[in-house]
Amino acid sequence: MKSASLERSRTMSKVLTYAALILGTVIMIFPFVWMILTSLKSVPESMKIPPTIFPAELIVSNFSDAVASLPFGHLYLNTALMVFFRVVCAIAFSSMAGYAFAKLQFRGKGLLFGIVLVQMSLPSQIFIIPQYQMVAKMGMANTVFALVFPGIVSAFGVFFLRQTYLGIPTEIGEAAYLDGCNQWQTFYKVMFPLTGTSVAALTIFTAVFAYGDLMWPLVVNSDLQMMTLSSGLATLRGQFSTNFPVLMAGSLLAMLPMVILYLIFQRQFIEGIASTGGK
Amino acid sequence: MASITFKHVEKTYPGNVTVVPDLNLEIKDKEFVILVGPSGCGKSTTLRMIAGLEDITSGELYIGDRVVNDVAPKDRNIAMVFQNYALYPHMTVYKNIAFGLMQAKVPKDEIDRRVHEAAKALDLEHLLNRKPKALSGGQRQRVALGRAMVRNPAVFLLDEPLSNLDAKLRTAMRAEISRLHKRLQTTFVYVTHDQTEAMTMGDRIVVMKNGIIQQNDTPQTLYDRPCNLFVAGFIGSPQMNFMDAVIAKKGDAYTAQVCGNTIPLAPSMDKKALAAYVGKTVVLGIRPEDVEAVGSGERHDLEAKIEIAELMGAEINLHLDCQGNKLVVRAPSTYAGREGDVGALRLKTEKIHLFDKETEVAIAH
Repeated sequence: MKSASLERSRTMSKVLTYAALILGTVIMIFPFVWMILTSLKSVPESMKIPPTIFPAELIVSNFSDAVASLPFGHLYLNTALMVFFRVVCAIAFSSMAGYAFAKLQFRGKGLLFGIVLVQMSLPSQIFIIPQYQMVAKMGMANTVFALVFPGIVSAFGVFFLRQTYLGIPTEIGEAAYLDGCNQWQTFYKVMFPLTGTSVAALTIFTAVFAYGDLMWPLVVNSDLQMMTLSSGLATLRGQFSTNFPVLMAGSLLAMLPMVILYLIFQRQFIEGIASTGGK
Repeated sequence: MASITFKHVEKTYPGNVTVVPDLNLEIKDKEFVILVGPSGCGKSTTLRMIAGLEDITSGELYIGDRVVNDVAPKDRNIAMVFQNYALYPHMTVYKNIAFGLMQAKVPKDEIDRRVHEAAKALDLEHLLNRKPKALSGGQRQRVALGRAMVRNPAVFLLDEPLSNLDAKLRTAMRAEISRLHKRLQTTFVYVTHDQTEAMTMGDRIVVMKNGIIQQNDTPQTLYDRPCNLFVAGFIGSPQMNFMDAVIAKKGDAYTAQVCGNTIPLAPSMDKKALAAYVGKTVVLGIRPEDVEAVGSGERHDLEAKIEIAELMGAEINLHLDCQGNKLVVRAPSTYAGREGDVGALRLKTEKIHLFDKETEVAIAH
């Protein structure tokens, strides 16, 4: 008798769990499905109220219109270069700074790390104007360098990798020192290779953030040829009217490389995000 | 020639925390010296100063006849084994062992020869391609030893290398390290808080407390003639029993009044030293194996209530209460007394140690 009721309550809790998860999945996936469906509708149908779910007629030309209205080749290239250099810089500089904050003793360490924490806690928007002035003064606006500039140093990366280095036993560094390594060799031959999982996570975070970054590329590069996918797509929005099917078709095209990368590196992506919870 | 000499060495950390106030110690070439003491006694700091991992605040440290205060660790001709092994997790066993030689730019075939030689000696040959995480604790410890061995150091420094191993493996590794010392014929400095390791492995034991050397002697002398209460209590397991006693003199012989009983002191004790303590309270120390649990009908010195009887297999450790004094006695497993009984105890008077109650320094053995 008891076991039957226990069984029933277990099944009930399972059903409720699945129902909640399915609901969550639907909510998460709905904008994406809506984007695909809208990209295949005509303009009037896309603005119809009440909206139709499935397109009455499949308008595939929205994709060719999107390709015709934006220099996708340039946008892909600019985005790829920006993501690549931001990732490389974040890994290189955050690793070095993180190692120094975690393992080296130097005067002003606490103060400097406090500044890093302050930078991390401030909204990035407040840095846009001074950063723009710096880029403009260097005469580097409308270049790939301008796109990369705010990502050269990552306060989050420094903090994140510092925590990783703190978790590596000091004795490993001391063993390397006894084995004849200087501080730099200890860092790159022994300590840095031990941070693989965290570096992978930082790579993913930096890449995803850079890929989706809209505000900075829009501010710093006004030349369409030098824009990124996100800022380029933003130009498809008109002041008075927007061709939503073309915008959605363009957004789908812009998403493609990230989706492909995600499918390839799905395991690392999930591990990377999971690892941040454990640290 | 790899003797080590500390001359008035002081180590003070920022914030004016002095860990080692004034260390004077000489470790001879090829000697196996154990630094032992409780946590925070400065033994690891002392070892790390030899390694060059800690700066010396003042004084001089010699390795051989060279002052090494400002010499980089790699140029000191030392190798160190850490408590947590400190192997490089991303390298194979081979690379872990070879890394120091690669850094020193030793020719490749020479590295290969030395790595295989060390691996063979430590039975690691079949594990050379594995990474540390695929090894057991004992295997990791052997890799750490191999990494130290290949460099042919003049001094081996070992910082509590067995504390992370289980009891059985620890016993096996103790013997292995002793064999290694005999084979390599180099100076070994070994830090531990485990007095069993200290007693079984070292040629000489240096007992430290608060950065000060309490006694520096052979294991047997340390055991038989501890210089103060701290050393007497630290060396030996179960530890020495201590009871308050009043010294009395009857004719030419001296006695100790303990728990209302008169115990004659051995004639071999230093009478001159005892004379100064007549009528005074001192601390009487006696090791558990030097107290016999006898039948109540036999001649005995003390009676005490058995609180706990721990059967160890070959023997029983009796925890007793003698008028508030807690005692431990090692009795044969055939001993009939059990918890709650009153046990009769006979002391081996020639094994009694007396200590000054104030200064805690040994009076006579």
